[in-house]
Order: sequence, then C-alpha cells, then structure tokens
Amino acid sequence: MAMEVTQVLLNAQSVDSTVRKHAEESLRQFQEQNLSVFLLSLSGELAGEDKPVDSRKLAGLILKNALDAKEQHRKYELVQRWLALDMGVKTQIKACLLQTLSSPVHDAHSTASQVIAKVAAIELPQKQWPELIGSLLSNIHQVPAHVKQATLETLGYLCEEVSPDVVDQDQVNKILTAVVQGMNANEVNNDVRLAATRALYNALGFSHANFSNDMERDYIMRVVCEATLCPDVKIRQAAFECLVSIASTYYEKLAPYIQEIFNITAKAVREDEEPVALQAIELWSSICDEEIDILEEYGGDFTADSDVPCYYFIKQALPALVPMLLETLLKQEEDQDLDEGAWNLAMAGGTCLGLVARTVGDDIVPLVMPFIEENITKPDWRQREAATYAFGSILEGPSPDKLTSIVNVALNFMLTALTNDPNSHVKDTTAWTLGRIFEFLHGSTVETPIITPANCQQIVTVLLQSMNDAPNVAEKACGALYFLVQGYEDIGSTSPITPFFQEIVKSLLHVTDREDAGESRLRTAAYETLNEVVRCSTDETASMVLQLVPIIMTKLHQTLEAEKLSSDGREKQNELQGLLCGCLQVITQKLGASEPAKYAFMQFADQIMNLFLRVFACRSATVHEEAMLAIGAVAHATGPDFAKYMPELYKYLEMGLQNFEEYQVCAVTVGVVGDICRALDDKVLPYCDGIMTQLLKDLSSNQLHRSVKPPIFSCFGDIALAIGENFEKYLMYAMPMLQSAAELSAHTSGADDEMIEYTNLLRNGILEAYSGIFQGFKNSPKTQLLIPYAPHILQFLDSIYMEKDMDDVVMKTAIGVLGDLADTLGSNAGSLIQQSLSCKDFLNECLSSDDHLIKESAEWAKMAITRAISV
Amino acid sequence: MAPHDLRRPFKRPAISDQQRRRDLSLLRQKQNRLDAQRRARCLASSVLSFQSEPKPPSQEQSHFELELELEIEPDAEEHQGPATTYDVRQASKLRGTEARRWFAKQLMLPEWMIDVPPNLNTDWYVFARPAGKRCFVVSSNGTTVSRLRNGILLHRFPSALPNGARINNVSRSSQSYCILDCIFHEPDQTYYVIDMVCWAGFSLYECTAEFRFFWLNSKLVEVGVCDTPSTFHKYRFATVPVYNCDQEGLQTAYIGPVPYIKDGLLFYNKHAHYETGNTPLALVWKDENCSEYVIDTDSKGQVPNQQQLVLELQDDGRLATSDDPSVIFGWLNEDFIQKTGLHAGNLLRFAVNDGGLSFVDGKLEKADLQYLGQSNRARAFADSYSKVMFQYIVRHSPLKIEHLFASIGPLGDGDIASHDVEMAA
Repeated sequence: MAMEVTQVLLNAQSVDSTVRKHAEESLRQFQEQNLSVFLLSLSGELAGEDKPVDSRKLAGLILKNALDAKEQHRKYELVQRWLALDMGVKTQIKACLLQTLSSPVHDAHSTASQVIAKVAAIELPQKQWPELIGSLLSNIHQVPAHVKQATLETLGYLCEEVSPDVVDQDQVNKILTAVVQGMNANEVNNDVRLAATRALYNALGFSHANFSNDMERDYIMRVVCEATLCPDVKIRQAAFECLVSIASTYYEKLAPYIQEIFNITAKAVREDEEPVALQAIELWSSICDEEIDILEEYGGDFTADSDVPCYYFIKQALPALVPMLLETLLKQEEDQDLDEGAWNLAMAGGTCLGLVARTVGDDIVPLVMPFIEENITKPDWRQREAATYAFGSILEGPSPDKLTSIVNVALNFMLTALTNDPNSHVKDTTAWTLGRIFEFLHGSTVETPIITPANCQQIVTVLLQSMNDAPNVAEKACGALYFLVQGYEDIGSTSPITPFFQEIVKSLLHVTDREDAGESRLRTAAYETLNEVVRCSTDETASMVLQLVPIIMTKLHQTLEAEKLSSDGREKQNELQGLLCGCLQVITQKLGASEPAKYAFMQFADQIMNLFLRVFACRSATVHEEAMLAIGAVAHATGPDFAKYMPELYKYLEMGLQNFEEYQVCAVTVGVVGDICRALDDKVLPYCDGIMTQLLKDLSSNQLHRSVKPPIFSCFGDIALAIGENFEKYLMYAMPMLQSAAELSAHTSGADDEMIEYTNLLRNGILEAYSGIFQGFKNSPKTQLLIPYAPHILQFLDSIYMEKDMDDVVMKTAIGVLGDLADTLGSNAGSLIQQSLSCKDFLNECLSSDDHLIKESAEWAKMAITRAISV
Repeated sequence: MAPHDLRRPFKRPAISDQQRRRDLSLLRQKQNRLDAQRRARCLASSVLSFQSEPKPPSQEQSHFELELELEIEPDAEEHQGPATTYDVRQASKLRGTEARRWFAKQLMLPEWMIDVPPNLNTDWYVFARPAGKRCFVVSSNGTTVSRLRNGILLHRFPSALPNGARINNVSRSSQSYCILDCIFHEPDQTYYVIDMVCWAGFSLYECTAEFRFFWLNSKLVEVGVCDTPSTFHKYRFATVPVYNCDQEGLQTAYIGPVPYIKDGLLFYNKHAHYETGNTPLALVWKDENCSEYVIDTDSKGQVPNQQQLVLELQDDGRLATSDDPSVIFGWLNEDFIQKTGLHAGNLLRFAVNDGGLSFVDGKLEKADLQYLGQSNRARAFADSYSKVMFQYIVRHSPLKIEHLFASIGPLGDGDIASHDVEMAA
C-alpha cells in the first residue's frame, strides 16, 4: 500500500469523480486498517522531495485533520488516539515533519509547519516533545532563507495553537528574540521578515513578561513601528495588525508610544494603500473599545481597585483624530451599500467616529458640527452623504442635552432629504441616521421628546413612503420604524402609533411581498420591524394584531406547499419560514399575555400548531428553533388544552432534545418542555418517561454544549412540580446526577469570571430542580422518599454559602430551597436544619437583603422553618 | 495565523431580532417558573396553616436557634366556617358548580329592612347602593377575577390591585391577594367597592365595618385603583360615599346626587364584622324614589300580579328560606313530590295567593302559596325570610322613608337610646 500512496493521493484530487471517490475510499480503508502505518506513510510522502507537490500537500492536510477537529468531542477523540500511538511511530513522523521544514518546496514546508503546530498542541501540554522548540530555534541560524521562513511560520502557528502556560518563560524569550530579530530592518529577505511579523502577531499572547520589562517592550515596539514603514505593503499591513493586537492586549503600556502611534497611523490613513489604512483606523477603534470597556466598568471614576486605569488616549488625540476620520468619510465607494462584503475607508472611518463618540461623549459634538454644516447641502452627493454619516455616527455617546436641540433642527432636514435627495446612497444614510435618532433620543427615558404629536404623522408618512424606495433604503427605513415604535414600548394604554397602526402593518406586509425583498436583507428587516410593532402595541390595537394571525399563517402555509426547490431556493424558503415562525411567536406571546386577546387568539391555535408540526418536517436548525419558541408561547397561552397537541408534537420534542450539534435547538426545546409542564400540569405525565430519559442522556453527554445543562436541571424541577409524587420513579436517576453536579459546582476556587458565572448558572439549575422536586412531593404520603437526600442538599447550601461567590439569582433560589425542604419534610427536617452550619447566617443575610426577591424567598423560608421545628 | 476580521457591524443594530425573540422567551419562561414556584409555595403554606390551626405552635416548643418570631399569616379560611376547605386562591381555581357553591357562601348578604333597627343614627352607616351586579373581586397571582353572587365568573382582567396584574419588575408575594365586595355598575363599567374583605393578604373579616370602610377608602386610593383604566388596569374602581345614619346622612344618601344609578339604600352596623351569608347587621331598603327595582319583576321585567318567592325543598318536604336557621313556609306532600320528580335541595318558585301571609305575634303562621315550578338554574339559593317579608309589605303597607327619618328623630338629636345617661360618676 505504501508504494501506491502517491497515486492514491493524486487520484483523490482527480477531476473524475469516480476516480476521486474510489481513492477517498481506499484512503479511508487504509486509515481504518492500520492507523500507524497510514500516518507514517503520509509523513513520508510529505517529506519526500521526489514526490509531486500535490500529493505532498494532501498528505500533510490529511495528517493535520487526523490531529484536530472543530467539534470538541471529535477533537478529544483525535488527541487520545494520537497519544495512544506507538512512541517509535510518533518519533518517526515528527522527524519527517521537521525534515520537511527545510524543503525548498513552499507548499510542502508550509503544510509541515501547520502539522508540527498541531502535534505540539497535543504533546507540549503532556510534557512530550521537549526538544521541539530548541530544534526549531537552531534552524533560525541556517543560511537558506526558506528554512528560516518555514521555521518562523512554524513558531507562529505554534504560538497560535499552544496555550502560553505550557511554554517556559525561558523558551518564550528565545522565541521572541528569534521572531523580533527576523522582523528587524536588518533582515534583507522580505519573505522572512513577513513570516516573522506574522509570527509576532501570534506570539504577543506569550509576551506578558516581556511587555512588563521596559527595555524589552521598547525594543519590540521600535521594531514593530519600523516595520510599519517597510517598503513591502504586506509587511506594513502585518506590522499594523501587530499594533492593533498590542493596543488591545497591552493597552496599559501604550502611553509612551501613543504620540508615535498617532503619527504613523495618521500617515497611513492619509497616504497608504487601503489594506494598511484600514488597519491604521482599526487601531484607533481598538483603543476606543478598550476605553469604552474601562469607562463602563468604572463608571468614569477612578477607584483604588480598578485594575486598568483609563488613560484617555482618545480624548487627548481628539483634535487631530476627528479631522482625520472626517476626511475618510469622503472616500465612499459608488455602490458600497449594495455589496454585503464591502469594507472600505469611509465605512471604517465612520465606524471609528461612532466609537470615538461613545468614548468621549459631548466633546465630539463641536468638532463634528462644522463639517456637517459645511457639507450637508453641497451638490456633490459624497459631501452630503459624508455629512449625514458623520451626524448619524455621533448620536450615541453625547448626552441628550447636547444633542436634542441639534436633532430638533436636523429632523426636518432629514425627513426632506429622505424624500427628495436624488442620490440613493444619501437616502440610505439618512434613513439610517433617523433610525439612530429614534434609537438613542426617543423613548420613555428621554426627558425632552424629539417626536411630538405635531411631527409624528409626518415621520411615519415619510418612513412608509421610503419603504417603496430601493431595497437598501427601504431596509433602513424599516430599521428606523423599528426604533420609532420601540420608543413607545412602555407608553401605557394609549400609543401615538395607534392611529397609524393599520397603515404601518399594511406597508410592512407589502414590503415583505416585494419582488426584490431578498436584496439588502429587506424582507428580514420588514418582518423584524413588524415584530417590534406587535411587541410595542397596546390593547387598543389588539384586534388588529389578531387579524395578522391568519395572514402570517397563510404565508407560512404557502411556503409549505411550495414545489421542489433548488438548494438555493430551499435555503431562502427556510429563511422565510424562520421569519414567519418568529413573527407568529411574537404575536402569540403578545396576545397570550392579555386575557381577552388570548381567548380570541385561541380560535387559531389548532391551525397554528398544525403548521408548526409541518414545519418540523423541513430540515433547518433555525426554523426548528423558531417554531419551537413559538410552540412554547402557544403552550403558555393554551394551558391544559395543549394536551391535545402532545401526541403529534412529542416526537419533535424528542428530536429537539437529541439535537446536540445545533445546541440552540436543544436549549430552546428544554425551555419549551418547561412551558408544557406548566401548561399541562399532571397531564404531561404520559410523556415524562421519554422526556426524562432524553434529558438524562443529554446530561451525561460530553458532546452537548455545556450551556444547555443548567436549563436541563431547571427542567427537572418543572417536571417534578407538574407531576408531583409521580416523579418518584425518576428520583433514583435524577438525584445522583444532581448530587454529583452539586459537588462539582460547590467550589469555584481558582476559576475565572466566566467559569464562576457558569458555575452559578449550574447551581441555579440544580437548586431549581430541588425546589420543584420538594414542592412537587409536598403533601404526598411519599415525602419520606426525599429524607435521605436532605443532608446532602443542606451540605450543598452550606458550602455555596461559605464559598461567598454566589450571585443574587442563586441566593434567591438557594434560600427558597431551604424553605421548600423545611416545608415538605416538616419535622423530619427540623433537626437537620438546626444542625446545619450556616443556615442561620444564610437566612439572616437573605432576610436583610436589598433584593426583594431574595427577601421574599427568605421570609417564606423563615416561616416554613419555624413550622418545621415547632411541630 | 489569520488576524481577526477587520469588518465591524456597519449600519446595523447590535442585537439581532432573533436574539431578542430568544431573550424575551427566556424571560417569559423565567417569570412563569417563578409564578409556578410561588403558587406551589403558597398553596402549600395555606393548607398547612389550615391544618395546624387548632394547635398553633408555641414558642416554648421551638428550640430553633434562629429565634424567629412566629408569624401567623393572615388567613381567610379561619373565618369562613367549617364548610369551607379552600382558601380564596384555591377557590379561584374551582370550576362550575363547585365554584358557584363556594363563592355563593362568601358574601355578606344584607337582610331586607322590614322594621327599623334601634340606634340607627349612632350605630349605623348608610349609603346609596349602586345598581348592578353584586360580586366578589379577587386579585391574586397577577390576575383579577370577579364572580357574581352565584359564583359565575364575570370578568377576568388585570387591575392595579395588589397582585392583580402581571407587571414586569413588580413582584409581590402571592400571599398578598385581595378580596373586595363590589357592585359592577354596567353604564360606566365601574366596580363600586362597597366592602373590603382582604387587602394584600391582610384579612379584614374580623374587623368592624367602621375599620373596614376606613381601610377601604385609604388603601384603594394608595394603589391607584380608582385611576383611569390602562393596560394593566382594565376596569375603574370607585368608592361609594358612606354616611353616618343621622338626619343629614340619611338625607344625603337618599336624595343626594351620585355618579351611579341608585338601587336602594344599604345600612351597615358599625360594629359588625364581615359575616358571610345573611346577616341582620347589614340591611337593604328600597322605595320608588331611590330604586327602579322595588318590587320583584319576572324574567320579562314585568311586575307579576302576585308576589313570587323561591323556597328550598327539604328532605321532609318542608319549604324553607335561605336563612340559618331557615324559616318554614309550608310543606309539599310526598305524592306531589314523586309526581313532579322533585327532590331535596331543589329551589321552587311559588306565588302568594290571595290568602297572603298571616302573622301571629310577628311570626309567620300561615302562607297561602301556589306552586309555579322550579326556579331558574342560575339561582344558587332560596329567598331569605326578610326578602319575602319586604316584598310582601311593599305590596301591602311599605316601610317608608318617613318612618326611617322618624326613628332617627330631629336633626342633631339622638333616638330614645341616646337619652340613656351614662353613669360616669
């Protein structure tokens, strides 16, 4: 077989599909029969200087895929498989790989460097392959430039693949030294210099110690800044990429360099080629991101415990930065609004301007207003568009006080421009700007209203007119309407939108039917706006919302009747079904929340459910998710009568719960099971065996995304509360699982914020399960079945209390569980509670909490405990 | 080794509507779960308090270190008599006849005024009864339900009463339910609150009318129940002006203008607790000036030539009023009962024949009745003795407003009882 491997690899790339499939099959068989030999022959192929480049390259790719996969579970399997291979085989393979680095054939050494990084990612954390970095570094001093280049690339990939904590600082120092030397202006070979610059980008995450050392940092910064001036555009771009990464990773170290950074970015933005100029703008956007985060976290105050102080780089650079960004706005491309993938200087500059406005607030307004005033009426569309875009960009950040008077003047101008400007690009930006005005300066929290009874009619009329404009303009008009209605979200019983409600709905439906609604995301925008119109509607228009139900149902029905479609057509169909299911969900949830509307809505329940069940027959995760969400809303609205849909729905619930890959579908289904439990109460019983089995399987699976596990525990609680003592038969499965999850989540020491957050979600799920189970068994003769679990649960409460890192949600649920336990077990729990280490402190702490939900639960717990111990 | 994608969101909202749909669903589910949990806890605790009622746990028995103060929950049930095993939140889940029976027993039903009670001007309140349907309004678990006297559901709606609407951010203990005694006045779609039985979980059964009326007037205003209707407050509530039953009060109640259509006068004894069922401590009186419905009408709205009454057939064939103890108006013989297929518990309609009702020493001695048939199914109980009597005297020698004024005496002066001198020395 080894003899034939070259030919098989070539055949696998044949244009003839029969030949190709046969070759792929042979490779698969080979791999299954003898993995070691298979991998050995691939590495031999890759290393063989006499082999054709195509077979070498594919051999490398297959090797790489044998070491890593995107999917976590598969990745784990591959790692275990590699680690289990014979040591001798692995040594041979690695030797071949290192040897390939010296190949003059670019594709060969480039592929090899990626495979080496994959092997390193598996072995270095296991303390294997200790000589790797040393032998790579010895290559650096070899003469042929391509060896040096391949080695630097390998170091770059290695830094990307491997976690910094498995590489000694000593080795990090050596890697950085080699990389920075390769970047130096003394390096005459541009390929080497580019490889080194790209390697530095990945090595930055390893360099914390070096960035803390002034001398080393100065050196790195000097080399990076110099590289931004290199004659080779690729190197300049890569150097700016490094600077962008440094700006976010080492924000607090930037102060000494900020002036120079400004100089070189300003030059790049004004003079350099677009890819470089875009990176230069991105650098300032990244600094904005950092400062926005810092200022948000500390509310603008300097506090002693703030880790990173704000250096106000943006505020300091403002007088020079803003004019630079305003210049970019005039460099629009003719049709950028029609190109989904467009990203140019004007777009990047405007986006950065928006971030600057969010960073500095009011200070930006006087710097931008003259530009707007000067350009907004110019005959050249570029100037009008740039002025409008500048205006739209600075609407988030400055205070309403600063903006309101300006916006009041501008509003009329904008409405006129949206109607009359001859240029579609200007109209697009104008409609977007109107949307921003409504988003940030209109709503119940804004003191001085921008929209008054006097101009509301005109605004609505103009927006609805614009929905007949070009798709990109119409899409922005939909977006503006979205925020216009959102501003009336908590208006009370009478909305200024009511008089226009019918007309708005009619126009939006009309937009969804436009021939060209597939362009510029127009159809999606129209449905999303319709959703928001429904969400923000009042009782006054409930009957009109109800009238929408048959209309949307008809549309959904039509998508289901469609004849055979091309794959592209099917994709569009799925997208539309998702939108329609989403819309029905929003309507159902809205009508379900008001008693009279709910009863009127129920006449459609049968038909809606019928449609949703048919939707499940289509294969699209998004559509399933939307339909499932909508079904949850129907269950909530229907109550016990929902039982009649269960026989048909059940299999789709099961399918949803089994959907590990599209875990959002699984998560949504878990939530809907909860809705169904609450709707059906004990009528859900016949389905519980299947549901519980699936939920238990989900919990034991290491394929399922971890975010779904806390809601599954909560779902146990929903089920137990619904079926009461019938939960008995699941106790022997559910309780041990809860118990081991509780043990795992009891302590968080050493975990990062993200882990603590997840742990608290998990704790909350576990506690909600306990709550549901206790309350479900309440007043049943079988409560004694729960007694054996009580000590562990109390211990769990003790330990999370002692850990002192639970959030308010967990605190509320936890103190509730203490009450539920006392309430259900009564005197049986009395002595256990009295023996508990921290119940008393915990309860007292909760009783004096500011959070009324915690207090309420605590008061309830206090009452239950008092009863339990006094019987 | 690819650097991150440069492109940032351009002219797009940061949050997708799909994510919004997801988030809002999760929020709803979370809220529903919280509600379910609370419901479970409250049902549990009310059953428990009912069972443990006979032996309230004493502090001595408690060895609990927390030194908690025992809180005895305000509990409606304790006062609802032994026939009741539900509390109002459980009862609000009842359906059909069960619900009707339960609710029918919960209202305090005034007797009809057939003679003037003593101390009217010192011990009694008077107010003009709004014309409309008497009902119980119960707010709990984020919704408000009104039920007619016969237990039939009138409205289910959101209200500003504590726990009367599902409003985000406002979460109250489900313990904090309310029970109001109201009259729903159709023309202005308003609930006129004539009494308050429970407020935010605080029971007013054992409180005097004096306190209940005071509480009612201050609390309703506090929560804005009397405000104009809105999304979370579908119907307007209003209080009724209540007067001391002196010359001026009676005068005002009788002829004074009110925003509703009057249907007679109600008299409440100031010291009386809220008692369910018929009570002589609340009285209703009507004449043509203050009510359109003085004499009972038939189903077509016509005043029948003969007075009609509804009586309950008992096991032994006796015909009884709804009073406790009941008053017996006559018997049906067994043959007749068998022939007509009637059985105990049936409510039967009779007409008063020319023989009328005869009294000896103020007690009914003989009634000349004619069987008409079974009563309307919506009826939950028989007529009370006082109602039959009031209807009878209205047709023969009505108790007039002059009699009431006369019993009070001249303006500012008390009746006979007020002449009793208190011995202070």
